[in-house]
Amino acid sequence: MKPFAYHQPEQIPDAAKLLTSIEDSKLVAGGMTLIPTLKQRLASPVALVDLSKLGSLKGITDDGPSITVGAMTQHAVVAASKLVQTKIPALAALASMIGDPAVRSRGTIGGSVANNDPAADYPAGVLGLGATIVTSTREIAADKFFLGLFETALEAGEIITAIRFPVPLKAGYAKFKAPASRYALVGVFVAKFADGVRVAVTGAGPGVFRVPPMEAVLSENFDPSAIAAIRIDTDGLTSDIHAEADYRAHLVTVMAKRAVDAALS
Amino acid sequence: MQISFTLNGRPTTVDVEPATLVAELLREQLNLTGTHIGCDTSQCGACVVHLDGLPVKSCTLLAPALAGATLLTIEGLQGAPGSNQMHPMQEAFREHHGLQCGFCTPGMLMTAVALATEKPDLTEADVRHGLEGNICRCTGYQNIVVSVMAGAAAMNAAKNAGNGE
Repeated sequence: MKPFAYHQPEQIPDAAKLLTSIEDSKLVAGGMTLIPTLKQRLASPVALVDLSKLGSLKGITDDGPSITVGAMTQHAVVAASKLVQTKIPALAALASMIGDPAVRSRGTIGGSVANNDPAADYPAGVLGLGATIVTSTREIAADKFFLGLFETALEAGEIITAIRFPVPLKAGYAKFKAPASRYALVGVFVAKFADGVRVAVTGAGPGVFRVPPMEAVLSENFDPSAIAAIRIDTDGLTSDIHAEADYRAHLVTVMAKRAVDAALS
Repeated sequence: MQISFTLNGRPTTVDVEPATLVAELLREQLNLTGTHIGCDTSQCGACVVHLDGLPVKSCTLLAPALAGATLLTIEGLQGAPGSNQMHPMQEAFREHHGLQCGFCTPGMLMTAVALATEKPDLTEADVRHGLEGNICRCTGYQNIVVSVMAGAAAMNAAKNAGNGE
């Protein structure tokens, strides 16, 4: 790691100001992606702005038709939350499948969503549930937030403060994990609302995406058999040492069926 | 920067560069070499310590995160106070041959103790899921899983005895 200055602001506006006033500064939440990146010198910021002293960013609140998860809430806290387990059990299950216990102790929902790793779990949950990303300056719908490989709608100096999840009628998440990293080779989040079904896929392509043909069919008949014959196009899907694009495309259907199964169980 | 924290029960203050990993701080500055660095890429889990009671990989933790926190390393793991015995989880690893070369063992123990503390009635599936972040290249995991189950049961028994139940 190259040396850097370290700031621990206690107010969000101070954090935003540091971020915009220091060129080449970076936010650090749990650090589960950033610290390995610094160690490999893939990034060498001159300053880190640590969000851990911003107490207002932690915790989970019940808003009735939705629940709000503070950006600095760790995966282990979401996984163990009785509120999340009761209202959106699929989200608690998703959090319990991220990385390993040590990663879940430190890693945060805000960090994961802001990083938008193409194989991360949370983007599937956020897009699948049609959540709202609440930032220091505005609210962004999930459909407009994830822009592709590690890219989001966040602007310079903008900080995620919370994610607001609408409570679905039913939801399920299934992932086929890469055995070494536990990242999603393919992960599918399915959520059924009164006005339709949303299907979001992570791991298969350069960024999380929805599958409208599956959503249309599942909105009529919420059963795994309804989507068994749907194959997604391999165009634009990822091929790497872990799997070819056609294998990932096949997995999307398999994982989607399992996610619907999980939602029904 | 100066950082004060509680290390294995003792108040500790260190002067470090912010770009210092806790694993380096422990091994190179504080001479606590029981925390091992296997991969240094957050994969292997040999460096797991407890930060405020939660398992974390100290090779993926910056020293400033320690400010005001409580840190427990393998050196701080012990049996009943004054008993001069190992921790029940350590005893279980010895009893059930939960190690061969021992390199991964400090991290395995710290992860296992955290698992057993969080969920006293661990199932084998819980243990296998909970050990996903700890790599052992000797044992094939079978005896580690057996050890963790036995260690968790012993921790539970000790806790219940301590409660007078």
